[in-house]
Amino acid sequence: MKYAYYPGCSSHSTARDMHESASAVARALGIELVEIDGWSCCGATAAHQTDRVLAASLPAANLLLAKQMGMDTVVTCAACYSRMKVANHEVSASPDMQQKVADAIGRPYDGSVAVRHLIEVLLEDVGIEKLRKSLVRSLSGLKVASYYGCLLVRPHDITGFDDAENPASLDRLVETMGGQSVDWPCKVDCCGGGLNLTRTDVVVKLSGSIIDMAKAAGADCIAVACPMCQASLDLRQKDMQRLYKKQYKMPIVYITQLLGLCLGIAPDELGLGRLMAPPTAVLNALSAMK
Amino acid sequence: MTIKIGKAIKGTGLKPIVEEMSGVSLDACYQCRKCSAGCPVAGPAKSAPSEVIRRLHLGAGDELFTSQLIWMCLSCETCYGRCPMQINFAAVIDALRSLSIARGTAAPQGNMPLFNRMFLQNVRIFGRSYDLSMIAGYKLGSGTLLNDAEKFPAMLNKGKMAILPPSGADKKLVQRIFDRTGRKGGKTR
Repeated sequence: MKYAYYPGCSSHSTARDMHESASAVARALGIELVEIDGWSCCGATAAHQTDRVLAASLPAANLLLAKQMGMDTVVTCAACYSRMKVANHEVSASPDMQQKVADAIGRPYDGSVAVRHLIEVLLEDVGIEKLRKSLVRSLSGLKVASYYGCLLVRPHDITGFDDAENPASLDRLVETMGGQSVDWPCKVDCCGGGLNLTRTDVVVKLSGSIIDMAKAAGADCIAVACPMCQASLDLRQKDMQRLYKKQYKMPIVYITQLLGLCLGIAPDELGLGRLMAPPTAVLNALSAMK
Repeated sequence: MTIKIGKAIKGTGLKPIVEEMSGVSLDACYQCRKCSAGCPVAGPAKSAPSEVIRRLHLGAGDELFTSQLIWMCLSCETCYGRCPMQINFAAVIDALRSLSIARGTAAPQGNMPLFNRMFLQNVRIFGRSYDLSMIAGYKLGSGTLLNDAEKFPAMLNKGKMAILPPSGADKKLVQRIFDRTGRKGGKTR
């Protein structure tokens, strides 16, 4: 299992823990992630809010690099995943857009490089059975709310990730690790991430209601697969406390951090010390896998 | 709810140009309002996707740019995901954003156009996002320097904010893309 790996900008900044845990988990499971040499930003929300050709060209430039490597592209950031999938769709669906993107990059790109999220690789290429055999520790019934957010599942006709309204990929991983996946209604709600700097008040309310709902469902932690979701839910808990006059203290962990722990990897190698809300409940739950 | 329609530009309104830019036809919308029911910012924006579509149907012109939804939209795509006619309203909003910038009519609460400019300017220079520089640029430009100030020490301490600029990207290629698409990061208005 060898893939072209696109870490994304946040992997060196706000989501260093996502990058660390994804890399450690991949190593432990024999997934070879070969970083795309010279990769650049996917353009994120700022590009698609600004110019459609720019928004398609920035991801396409990276996919062209991956094409030369002759491998599928694996991403860990849900936003990069979405932008790359949309770029593939844009150039495949319209010869005019394909020409404009080729003019911008200087070389033609046909939209043919498969883009996959690491979760898809874990479930489809590694598979639950092999994964189960590799686990040495159990979450021992820890109650986990699986949170998917927007960009993995939407637009669903383009991303094709799991189910648009009730995805279960993260839940399946949680159950495999011996955790208890809670049934809750906010799996694909928006955390407000896009307004994190510009309208923080909106983010605090949207993310606050997501954590409230996870708590009401009995969750001990929330598992995420998107660095924007992680930042909104984790970093904004202090603001929620100020606004709602109550304690939150909800650990917001990447699914790869949970997997890493159950694969026997040390918390420091998984970036767990970087979380704002300490993952004490998660660490205390761990026991030897039977 | 009453929808007031101002004087349309040259009698046509924004609908044709928005449809052309986004590649989305709005004709199939029959106002079921599933998009609005699922929109996370319809409340604070005091406007909703189905309302914007109806305004466009009725010939709305530049007065549409005063809608806070245009810049509060989170691009979460719930509207598109739940539309029974598969109308990509998120793409319509992106077209309205581009148009409002081009016409100099953007008037958002919270300065999303400034944020986008700062983000793209840094990508243009470094080939990758440089959060520290982007955030500083936005905060200086928007006068919100002290917001979240208490979070910075913890973020730096936990390594969640890189101090040095990113390196390793093919910067020449990224600059070429910005030049050829007519968007020069901070140099656009």
